[in-house]
Amino acid sequence: MAELSMPKLNVPAAKTNSPGGSALIEIESLSLYYGASKALKNISLNLGEKVVTAFIGPSGCGKSTLLRCLNRMNDLIDSVRIEGSCKIGGHDIYSPDVDVIELRKRVGMVFQKSNPFPKSIYENVAYGLRLHGVKAKSELDGRIEQSLRNAALWDEVKDRLHTSALGLSGGQQQRLCIARAIAIKPEIILMDEPASALDPIATTRIEELILELKKDFTIVIVTHNMQQAARISDYTAFFYIGELIEFDTTAKIFTNPSKKQTEDYVTGRFG
Amino acid sequence: MSSNTEQRRRSAGWLGIHRGHQARPAEWLAEKFIFLVSLSAIAMVLLIFLFVAREAIPVFFGETNTALVQPTIPVAEMDKHSPAELQRYLDLTPEQFKSVSRETKLELMQGKIDEQNEVPENFRNDPDARINTTDWKYLLQAHQWNGYDQPEHIWQPVGQIKKFNLLPLFAGTLKITLIGLFFAVPLAIGAAIYVSQLARPRVRETVKPVIEMLSGIPSVVVGVFALIVMASALQNIFHYQTRLNAFVAGLALGFAVIPVIFSIAEDALTSVPRAYTQAALALGASRWQTAWQIVLPAALPGVFAATVLGFGRAIGETMIVLMVCSASVMSWNVFDSARSITTTIAAEMAEAVNGGPHYRILFMLGALLFAATFVSNMIGDFVIHRFKNKLEGKR
Repeated sequence: MAELSMPKLNVPAAKTNSPGGSALIEIESLSLYYGASKALKNISLNLGEKVVTAFIGPSGCGKSTLLRCLNRMNDLIDSVRIEGSCKIGGHDIYSPDVDVIELRKRVGMVFQKSNPFPKSIYENVAYGLRLHGVKAKSELDGRIEQSLRNAALWDEVKDRLHTSALGLSGGQQQRLCIARAIAIKPEIILMDEPASALDPIATTRIEELILELKKDFTIVIVTHNMQQAARISDYTAFFYIGELIEFDTTAKIFTNPSKKQTEDYVTGRFG
Repeated sequence: MSSNTEQRRRSAGWLGIHRGHQARPAEWLAEKFIFLVSLSAIAMVLLIFLFVAREAIPVFFGETNTALVQPTIPVAEMDKHSPAELQRYLDLTPEQFKSVSRETKLELMQGKIDEQNEVPENFRNDPDARINTTDWKYLLQAHQWNGYDQPEHIWQPVGQIKKFNLLPLFAGTLKITLIGLFFAVPLAIGAAIYVSQLARPRVRETVKPVIEMLSGIPSVVVGVFALIVMASALQNIFHYQTRLNAFVAGLALGFAVIPVIFSIAEDALTSVPRAYTQAALALGASRWQTAWQIVLPAALPGVFAATVLGFGRAIGETMIVLMVCSASVMSWNVFDSARSITTTIAAEMAEAVNGGPHYRILFMLGALLFAATFVSNMIGDFVIHRFKNKLEGKR
């Protein structure tokens, strides 16, 4: 990402509770309410730069909700209220002067179910680029090819760029969504169970891709698949009913967790 | 009894899988009933069309003759003509011709001569009086009638020489319908986008039912409102000559069409998967950009269907147009009066002589209207499928 056009965010020094090295994302006693019910309880978490962090935990534990806090996708739900602070690169993303559009440009997202637009493959990737001011045909072509290559999709689609994206297989659609997300060169990519709807082969491709993307992007991934978290992440956070139970290096979480609950979950005793 | 039932069950095969509809007779009956109901709907449409078209057939095949002055056959020369000629001359069907006696035929022939003797003196030498005005040439082309300075398209179905030129009606229908759609389509689709994509839930829950309530207003009421309030207000703004014109009618028609288009377009926009919206927002699109660039294109088949239905409603609406403007003037100027096909049928059917040329031409207009709506719906359906297939990558 050396050619990143926008100014680099100011990354503060490491904090003691941040195993992720220099912290890019700092979550400070964050609580989230859906109406009256409290979905996230007082979460503090620092995530490092250019590493893969996995959020694991049983269904309904709030891991996806926390992920969506990071690009303010929860704003779309009217009843949501948030306390505490969440800083990215030192800036509080919930302060009133933050432009959500600029935030989402820097914090991209890949969803659980692949959701390419009902447009051509080319237009899918071009959409985000056009939104952010890329207009010249040559630049569009170049960046689309680059993103599709980075998403390991180029060879499969290069001859059918102008056919509908909905004609692709599920795995290809998900890689297209990743290509679409990385085309606008975000700093952080949020992935909400990106492989949960895919077959094992497509899943493997996505996992390889995540390891590849790690070089350029900071990745936060929510997953239900313990092996997947173990295979691809550097750090793992375990959530349970809205609380952060444990956050440490993936190796430690899966081999020698310090909390009993974590151990029970990763060994498959509940969840 | 019970062993008998048992036996029957067993003979019907393993778990009764060979028993077919006997296994669930109530469901079978209900299914067949629904099937019959849907069939009868198709049958109704066909029957109505056949009825309308049948009444119009003589016009289509040029069998009506409205010429005021017609050649007569003297009663004495009856036997010099073939039965077929006589039958056509007396305006009888072959069955009627066979069933009536020779005396009646002679009376009818005398009647023909008396009829010609009653033609006023001034028409005897008028070439217009010898024209069959239901001929396709006079239905569609301009003709310079006696007393006019130039060839004109005239719809004037009463009087000694009945003029049935259809073009003023076509022009009026098109003018009014298009003005109505130009007014209603952008407003209705804009409102649908706003309500489904941009409005807060509370606003949506107020605006949506209110717009849909518009469709519950009887068109007579809209007509009165247009006739009394809108016509004067618009004349004060635009300062045109004719107070009641196609523009006012089109605008009033728009009020009737907006709820139709709105409610279908809104459904189509709302049913666009939220995943698309979320994907666009996550890429950094604003709500407006998302609605306009992602949701609207994805909902285009539905929005187009809404427009086609709106067109059907607009071209078929009678009462509003009947109340607001009614003079059949051949003009493409929107500020001139106009008369639509439906209005013509509604206003003139009651005074048209049953079976006469005017009556038949009104039915032909009905058949044409039917065909036009049918074709527009077919084209609409075709386009919608093309859109859908393109979006889904099937082509």
